[in-house]
Amino acid sequence: MANRFGIFALTAGTLFSSFALPVLADSDLVNVYSARKEALIKPLLDKFEAETNIVVNLVTGNADALLKRLQIEGSASPADVFITVDAGRLQRAKDAKVLQSITSETLDAAIPAHLRDTDRQWYGLSQRARTIFYAKDKVDPAQLSTYEDLADPKWKGKICSRSSNNVYNQSLVAAMLEANGTEQTENWAKGFVKNFAKPPAGGDTDQLRAVNAGVCDLTLANTYYFGRLANSSKDADKQLVNNVGVFWANQDDRGTHVNVSGAGVTKASKNKENAIKLIEFLTSAESQKWYAEVNSEYPVVAGSDVSSVLREFGDFKADTVELSKLGENNRAAVELMDRAGWK
Amino acid sequence: MTTQTFSSTARNINWLSGSAVLIASILALPVLVICAFLFAGSVDVWSHLFSTVLGDYVGNSLALLIGVSVGVLLLGVPPAWLTSVCDFPGRKIFTWALLLPLAVPAYIIAYTYTGLLDFAGPVQSLIRNITGLGYGEYYFFEIRSLGGATVMLSLVLYPYVYLLSRAAFLEQSSSALEVSRTLGYSRQKAFFKLALPLARPAIIAGLTLALMETLADYGTVQYFGVATFTTGIFRTFYGLGDSAAAAQLAAMLLGFVVLLILLEKYSRRQIKYHANNEQRKQPKLVQLSGMQATSAFFVCLLPVLFGFLLPGGVLLNWAITQAEFNPQDFIELAWNSFTLASAAAVLAVCLALILAYARRMNDHKRVRTSVMVAGMGYALPGTIIAIGILIPMAWLDHQLINLSSEWFGFNPGLIFSGTLFALLFAYMVRFLAVSLGSIQTGLDKIKPSVDSAGRSLGCTPTQVLKRIHVPLMRSSVLTALLIVFVDVLKELPATLILRPFNFNTLAVRAFELASDERLIDAAPASLMIVAVGLLPVILLSRSIARGKE
Repeated sequence: MANRFGIFALTAGTLFSSFALPVLADSDLVNVYSARKEALIKPLLDKFEAETNIVVNLVTGNADALLKRLQIEGSASPADVFITVDAGRLQRAKDAKVLQSITSETLDAAIPAHLRDTDRQWYGLSQRARTIFYAKDKVDPAQLSTYEDLADPKWKGKICSRSSNNVYNQSLVAAMLEANGTEQTENWAKGFVKNFAKPPAGGDTDQLRAVNAGVCDLTLANTYYFGRLANSSKDADKQLVNNVGVFWANQDDRGTHVNVSGAGVTKASKNKENAIKLIEFLTSAESQKWYAEVNSEYPVVAGSDVSSVLREFGDFKADTVELSKLGENNRAAVELMDRAGWK
Repeated sequence: MTTQTFSSTARNINWLSGSAVLIASILALPVLVICAFLFAGSVDVWSHLFSTVLGDYVGNSLALLIGVSVGVLLLGVPPAWLTSVCDFPGRKIFTWALLLPLAVPAYIIAYTYTGLLDFAGPVQSLIRNITGLGYGEYYFFEIRSLGGATVMLSLVLYPYVYLLSRAAFLEQSSSALEVSRTLGYSRQKAFFKLALPLARPAIIAGLTLALMETLADYGTVQYFGVATFTTGIFRTFYGLGDSAAAAQLAAMLLGFVVLLILLEKYSRRQIKYHANNEQRKQPKLVQLSGMQATSAFFVCLLPVLFGFLLPGGVLLNWAITQAEFNPQDFIELAWNSFTLASAAAVLAVCLALILAYARRMNDHKRVRTSVMVAGMGYALPGTIIAIGILIPMAWLDHQLINLSSEWFGFNPGLIFSGTLFALLFAYMVRFLAVSLGSIQTGLDKIKPSVDSAGRSLGCTPTQVLKRIHVPLMRSSVLTALLIVFVDVLKELPATLILRPFNFNTLAVRAFELASDERLIDAAPASLMIVAVGLLPVILLSRSIARGKE
């Protein structure tokens, strides 16, 4: 008994000793709060660390929770860089006043204006498109055209979708709100929901699998999930990629909905220079290539290499709506989805 | 209840109940912070919620509570009874094996069953290959549904009921049962008329734990697309960007909890009995054979099979055949998880002991109230608790930073909110109810007259504690340690938001991969969570059983 408690006391002691390690400002340091998962950011941070000798500390987590943490910590926050996915969230961070404007000629030159904040509070790091995927044996791509068309009764019982809790869907609806206005978008959402083959559940990959298995004919998904399946060596995934096609939505009008992952320097940053250096590093040709290859995302820097898998999907015209609008419309989008009964 | 039993000086009692009130108040702080949002206005969001989704949240949460109640009782009570009074092949193994699902996080069992039973999964693909039928042409249970979530949660939460009701059955004096048999009760009748009512407080205590976990669950219901109170809180918080309305929803959730706590209290009020001291006698087991033994075997096998062996097998298969992972990472992750969970378990038990003894010796209303409020954290989703902690801790940090920079010209940084301190604090808020439940049940069973007898025979209070309480409390303390350990190991949302830089755990790793839709790559980390939880589950449950038999 005494022995067992001795062990516990020892482990408890080890833990408590790590309390006394407040993170202090240091010239060779940069602290990152990242909503990008560790696997999709750590390798780049390690590379940055090796190249610059600047130590990178990382916490990953849920985007909105990290944002809340930044807000609550206020001026005492140890974070220098906030990395997250979805423009809606980047805008939310700006609105919450946790980011600051920065000046970097490198970033201004590299990143197109619609993929960064007008006040230079955040910059896009990689792009993803959310478009239509269809079962090749059941749907003729000539039948497909726009997101709007997916509310047409001809698709009744033929569409799989994930839940409206998902920020990708929220941003898509926010973009449609910007393009078509509230009334039209709400009518669209009602029709779209009526066409569902089953109640929404699961992730994008699950929807793609359902299309492949014959549960439904169509779904909306982010391109990198399909890219990951295309890169997979598993037979089931290969078969899926053969059976399911990519259709670029809205090519005759505003273009396919795209979103970004992005980063900004926090207002409380004590290592601002290092923070800017890190964001510049993440938009370097090398990093852009890494995102394309490892996560099948499109680069934000014009002229960067697109991975071979993405090249097979073909070129497309992307919606150039100012991404900050997605954040501004987010709440209206969620309320609209609630009213349309999109679970 | 009792007055000064083994401590004679009033000063000691005041010291104890004073620290109890202090501890309970600090732990109640986050809950109170959340409740304080009740006074913040956000009328437009409420009218929107009310007219659209609130009905779903309430309806689904209630349905889930009812379904899980039925599930955990059916899966938990019969095996507890069988393993404590009957003997049949495999009984010894089942006594601890029935606890194994405790080590499996609910969201992970949900991933494995979805992978198995989904339309695109192997089971249904096989059915289609054999029969040649297509989608919609045959009936199959839809796993991603309210029913599916109920089954998943029941499978991993029944051990709470099993654990506590088994302890109760073991402690029932076997002579009472024998007497009832000689007076003409059949075995069934003895069970329903005598054993079950006597064990009811323990069963309800286990049920309450399971239901609190159900209310706080986010991973499973979110993955299955079931809109409950918890998913609603998150959606309001993030999607609508309204933290006040989200906190108000959370406060409403606490309303459910108060109901649960009252229910538990009510069930206890009726029966205030203390165990007989002849419990140490080796119980005589009823030897089963033939059909009876076979059915007992299957009643005990089913929960273990579906709650542990099957999902564990799926994970193992994924981990070995398909997953990509770096085994080296896992040493650090496992160590972090293990130390964090151990420290939290020890701390939670110490705090629970102080609170429980304070109540035993000085059952003041203020002690009771603060203990109750502190215990409500168990039903709140981790993220909400985390925010309830960050707000006051960051405030404290800011005061400290101001003072320190003014006086010493030195910025200490975020000592409270930015370190493991905040995380351990969150675990205490979340899991105190668990340790307290177990320890209080244990303490209640020691007759106050035993203390008095000890004292009258010349023992000092310390001797009474050492010679009577320590041995009698051993099982309860171990049970509390075990449950908190496993719960912390599996905890996700609070860990995710409160952990310091460069500190990851197995649960975080598993979640990150899974939420990136790489379920198969998440398998090794999930399996490690189960494995790290396994050893203590086995060791402690054996040691608990040894203490009882």
